[in-house]
Amino acid sequence: MNVHAVRAIYKFEMARTRRTLMQSIISPVISTSLYFVVFGAAIGSRIQHVEGISYGAFIVPGLIMLSLLTQSISNASFGIYFPKFTGTIYELLSAPVSYLEIVVAYVGAAATKSIILGLIILATAALFVPLQILHPLWMLLFLLLTAVTFSLVGFIIGIWADGFEKLQLVPLLIVTPLTFLGGSFYSIDMLPPFWQKVTLFNPVVYLISGFRWSFYGLADVSVGLSLAMTVLFMATSLGIVAWIFKTGYRLKT
Amino acid sequence: MAGLTPTPVPSAIFAPMPAIITVDNLSKTYASGLQALKNINLEIRRGEIFALLGPNGAGKTTLIGTICGIVNPTQGKVLVGGHDIVKAYRAARSMIGLVPQELTTDAFESVWGTVSFSRGLFGRKADPKHIEKVLRELSLWSRKDSKIITLSGGMKRRLLIAKALSHEPKVLFLDEPTAGVDVELRRDMWRLVRSLRESGVTIILTTHYIDEAEEMADRVGVINKGEIILVENKAELMRKLGRKQLTLQLHDPITAIPADLSGHHLELAGNGSELIYTYDTQGERPGIAALLDDLDKAGIRFKDLQTTQSSLEDIFVSLLREDK
Repeated sequence: MNVHAVRAIYKFEMARTRRTLMQSIISPVISTSLYFVVFGAAIGSRIQHVEGISYGAFIVPGLIMLSLLTQSISNASFGIYFPKFTGTIYELLSAPVSYLEIVVAYVGAAATKSIILGLIILATAALFVPLQILHPLWMLLFLLLTAVTFSLVGFIIGIWADGFEKLQLVPLLIVTPLTFLGGSFYSIDMLPPFWQKVTLFNPVVYLISGFRWSFYGLADVSVGLSLAMTVLFMATSLGIVAWIFKTGYRLKT
Repeated sequence: MAGLTPTPVPSAIFAPMPAIITVDNLSKTYASGLQALKNINLEIRRGEIFALLGPNGAGKTTLIGTICGIVNPTQGKVLVGGHDIVKAYRAARSMIGLVPQELTTDAFESVWGTVSFSRGLFGRKADPKHIEKVLRELSLWSRKDSKIITLSGGMKRRLLIAKALSHEPKVLFLDEPTAGVDVELRRDMWRLVRSLRESGVTIILTTHYIDEAEEMADRVGVINKGEIILVENKAELMRKLGRKQLTLQLHDPITAIPADLSGHHLELAGNGSELIYTYDTQGERPGIAALLDDLDKAGIRFKDLQTTQSSLEDIFVSLLREDK
């Protein structure tokens, strides 16, 4: 294991975050605060409670997931896309590093950033609404698994993308809609029966449901199923990453 | 550049060394169908400066890219220090430093940061002393905290060399190291390459500045259309293929070459005021002494003479012409 290389890439990526602190940390915090104002204060005053939890508090896990998903993807995709774009990837490809080490370093850095962000949003949320976390270890586990899984997804997108537009395409067209429709702002029990069934095909439902359960003990689907789906996601993403490196897809000619 | 003492080593004293890189039957066909390399067989000797010459698109960068692990070979085998570049890629790549042709850098990283990053990436423990030495040798020490975006083109070129040297490689690939570089920096670069060779680093450089190869290389390889068409000791190549011309400026112009001198295959130039004698340096034809003797007998006197030798560039151009 080339530990020095993993450390070098990880440090490089974390330094990039520090250089771009504004985009990386502050803007997601501001946008999340805006969600609280709009959904929590304006709409929340009309909905008031969902399954016994105040609406403001109910949406906290969903909001964190929303940021976690989008930030994991954008951090990881940008991290690997940029060297491709500038050409500095030559160094990575000619270095004595294994594919696994490259993935561990890039995905590890992207996941670290989004977990830090998730915790900052959690702290921000605590300023607006009363929070309770019934299962803190499960909460951290879901946070970790989701951050790693979606950083892997981001890594795949970063390798696949051959332009900045494509980098934005998947997050905008797929991830954000799935998150919004995945119960970030509502319980799926609130949907008509038909749409409840359709929603179950949305993988994000399981992530949000499991995460919300760790806060309030409330879940749309069983926590075991949530965990299984998250792990399945991760395994699928790992499989795709392994294939990318095996074939050199979009990396080597 | 500070700290670099130019110590030219005449190639004549350079004895053949065991191979550090062995390229065996290497071919590369891109997905587009372009066959960039065709059955390349090549040995790079330990400690030499090897110049790979070839026109644009000949396959120089593909060959380097394949040895360094950036391009997947279609067929064939490459050993670096005895390590297979695919099966033992860690051992092989740890030995190599690569300076790419394009000035590809992270704009916002600092000089120190990016060079330290390269060292770590190549699996070496942090060593600030070594990084300092490399930066000083490349006259980048005073800019160590500068962001790369603020560096000039020449500095960026040196920075890429510093990155490649950060992990103390045994083999250094320089892909067009002096493209777009001013005269002074070019000479500095040559000095650097020589001093690296002195320290035991094997250097492979691609260039289309032939004078660069002529100035520096121990051996020259010529690649054209994906094929190595020649590998030769530079001095030997010049000797074998080089032609010399002796130009005699005559005291009195002549209108025709006397029949007695026809055996020397002379040319008349300068409106009859110059005689040109072309001969191979291996000298199968009658020598200069015989010519001068015959001129004397024919009563042709000359007031001055000069000799010119074909450069590597002439040799290169004629090789490519033959290859067409």
